[in-house]
Amino acid sequence: MADLSIDFCGVRSPNPFWLASAPPTNTGDQVMRAFDAGWGGAVWKTLGNPIVNVTSRFGGIDYGNTRLMGLNNIELITDRPLEVNLREMREVKRRYPKHTLIASLMVETKEEWREIIRKAEDTGADLLELNFGCPHGMCERGMGSAVGAEPKVLEEIARWAMEFAKVPVIIKLTPNVGDILEPGEAAVRAGVPAVSLINTVKSLMGVDLDRMVPLPRVGNASTNGGYCGPAVKPIALHLMSQLSRHPACGKLAISGIGGISHWRDAAEFIALGATSVQVCTAVMHYGYRIVEDMIEGLSDFLDEKGMKSVSELRGRAVPAYREWGELDLSYKLVAKIDADKCIGCQLCYVACMDGSHQCIHLPGRTEEESRRAGHTHIPKDIPHRGVTAKAGTPGARVPFVDEQECVGCNLCQLVCPVPECISMAEVPSGQPPETWNDRVAKGTDFVPGGLEATVAARKRSS
Amino acid sequence: MRVMEPKRFELPPGRAEEGFQDKKPLYTPAEAVAEANRCLYCSEAPCIQACPTAINIPEFIRKIGTGNTQGAARTILSANILGQSCAQVCPVEVLCAGSCVYTGWGREPINIGRLQRFAVEATLARKPNLFQAKPPTGKRIALVGSGPASIAAAGLLALEGHTCIIHERKAIPGGLNSLGIAPYKLKGPEALRELEWILSLGRIELRTGVEVVEQAQGPGQVSASELLASHDAVFLGLGLGADSRLGIPGEEGEGVQGATHLIERIKTEAGLKLQGVQRALVIGGGNTALDIAHELALLGVEVGMVYRRSEKEMGGYVHELEGARLDGVRLVENRQPVEILREGGKVVAVKLAATRDGKPVPGTEEQVPAELVVMAIGQERATGVARAFPGVELDARGRVKVEPATHRTGNAKVWSGGDCVNGGKEVVNAAAEAKIAVRDMQRHLAGE
Repeated sequence: MADLSIDFCGVRSPNPFWLASAPPTNTGDQVMRAFDAGWGGAVWKTLGNPIVNVTSRFGGIDYGNTRLMGLNNIELITDRPLEVNLREMREVKRRYPKHTLIASLMVETKEEWREIIRKAEDTGADLLELNFGCPHGMCERGMGSAVGAEPKVLEEIARWAMEFAKVPVIIKLTPNVGDILEPGEAAVRAGVPAVSLINTVKSLMGVDLDRMVPLPRVGNASTNGGYCGPAVKPIALHLMSQLSRHPACGKLAISGIGGISHWRDAAEFIALGATSVQVCTAVMHYGYRIVEDMIEGLSDFLDEKGMKSVSELRGRAVPAYREWGELDLSYKLVAKIDADKCIGCQLCYVACMDGSHQCIHLPGRTEEESRRAGHTHIPKDIPHRGVTAKAGTPGARVPFVDEQECVGCNLCQLVCPVPECISMAEVPSGQPPETWNDRVAKGTDFVPGGLEATVAARKRSS
Repeated sequence: MRVMEPKRFELPPGRAEEGFQDKKPLYTPAEAVAEANRCLYCSEAPCIQACPTAINIPEFIRKIGTGNTQGAARTILSANILGQSCAQVCPVEVLCAGSCVYTGWGREPINIGRLQRFAVEATLARKPNLFQAKPPTGKRIALVGSGPASIAAAGLLALEGHTCIIHERKAIPGGLNSLGIAPYKLKGPEALRELEWILSLGRIELRTGVEVVEQAQGPGQVSASELLASHDAVFLGLGLGADSRLGIPGEEGEGVQGATHLIERIKTEAGLKLQGVQRALVIGGGNTALDIAHELALLGVEVGMVYRRSEKEMGGYVHELEGARLDGVRLVENRQPVEILREGGKVVAVKLAATRDGKPVPGTEEQVPAELVVMAIGQERATGVARAFPGVELDARGRVKVEPATHRTGNAKVWSGGDCVNGGKEVVNAAAEAKIAVRDMQRHLAGE
């Protein structure tokens, strides 16, 4: 059994699964139930001066029969009196001393930061998370993402926190920036030991087309909210990895956040540099119980890969995240369709025809029919099956790939509804590995067929 | 433009069919969307190829999924004007759903029939005027019979702006759709509502209680020659004739009924009681036999279905046999009735002989008690009406001969489609044949 416990800036946590600061961590009762379910830590719903919330507060986006591919919210920080939260936090820490309790904080002035940090630490909180991320409501008052998007302001407040805090400080970053390295480097300059990301993405969830009001609707109006859930995971992975592979930011402890729903998501965040992961939407959707699968799945995965602890997994995939210019131009894949598994839906065909490079063909067509259908290249090798199969016989609807033309884009594999029916096979290109950057270095980074002005400029400079 | 008064056809209350539950009830919107979202939206989908009317099924299903229910109904009804009844009566198991890629994959196919029913029913309830007929052309078309083929043809012709006059021999219009469909699929009033919707599409007049004959003898009859003379074209949608008989001793008299006749009674007769009938034997192995056997079983009768060959040689659909068996029908294969036994005039038993190659083997007879015997061994052809039209020819099996690509008969002004041409197929085949005929009639009426 792999060791799931982690060390986050010197704080031990029973596992890397923490609840993000959000409605699931609104009260002591909730957090204690979460710890009972198996969560290793919880970032309390952000503390600050009390606020007033609106109704409604959440908007969801579905895809097909799947509910809540994404969720957005316009709820503000905690709406409960500070003293109630502090009392409950203290009680949680007393009852669950080995679990990680993180206080999320959001106030404005230096004096307010001084006071709230002292009060939060008095509860026994193990870590402080400065909420510089919320992109709705609070940012209009100069807090949340308004701080996260201004590296100088972020740095200044982070320095105050470092001055006041006795426990380690985490800066929670907003994804609503052009370059995540700017706030990341500001955090480094301020001397904080950790960051968490991403907070939610600015969003409008849709429009009520009968009322002509965006969603979620508050009476006759709406406002932009913070978008989270499975749909934001790729954005979060990218932004987090930008920091992980950065020489300075990569030294910070990272708590990864964004669409994590199960152990595999968590493993991916850890492989790209996270020490802990935070979960919100999946719990809002399914409840605290999902942590059982996360613990078990990650533990079995580590065992299977021969890793003894989570720390062995951390950052494993970071070196493989490169610039485009460092990718091997000689690497070649082609799609292979398993005729025995194919169910004949021909989604790969239509996707390749209309959305890619017209290199998947339908069986039984003459050359003329193929050209009429939109193929400009007729394959040399037509599988026997394809031509001989008659309508209604097995194989009659199985498309085939023109391997000479296939650009190996993956699209057919991505649209195929049958697991393992379409695979991408490596084929030797006969070329030594070479990247675009190699070509630039060698001066062979010119592809003919472009603009005259470019060619002229190239001649002039050479 | 003259507006036809909306007609409404009623059936008497207290019909036996009212007690039948819908086997595939109307989806709720949420159910429909969930099922629609299962569809893979195949390219050049096999379900379209399996549909005789080539409805673009993945397209209409996608539209249901996006909330564009009206567009879904438009897609369906543009390809098959009888989209409502076909949704309920089509043997989807052997057509669209049978060819669904999920079926080949060993998974539950998309419930295409139920989705189609939802799209059409939900839309027409809100917006019956989904289509607008073209301006009047002044052309008049006579249609003989008001079953699915004629109704489909009349609807399509009316949308082209032609005036249609339908002649129906019976008092209740709709033919097979209103009188012959198993009530757990489609009830009479549902078929009549669809018929009324088609009548509302344009200039269609439906005359019931009018028989088309060679030479009219009085009121309630009209001569074929008169129809030909006073119309620009004629469509024959004659359907099939009376139930065939076996010709065995004891067959005449009460207690022995033809299958389609009995189904019609279940669907139209008020207060039909199968008094004293505990056990019934249905003779035949086709889909009509399965339908009446299934219906009787649902009415509480103990039903045996007697077929002269083996189960695997049956003409009826496997899924229909399965459904009938689930509701209690017992198949008696390789047996044939040789005599119906009566006591005091009442049927008490049937003498069944074992068969070899479908022929009774003497000396193998046994008596099986039954109070009702239903003959479902086929139907006569409606040959008389067809012959009344000069030039219209019949094949050796009594079917109206047409040119397959045009559905035109030997008479250049007469087209035909449906059961009288194909010998007895599905409603969807009638709709498809009507489409072919109307396309050719259009060319003819346009003077091409």
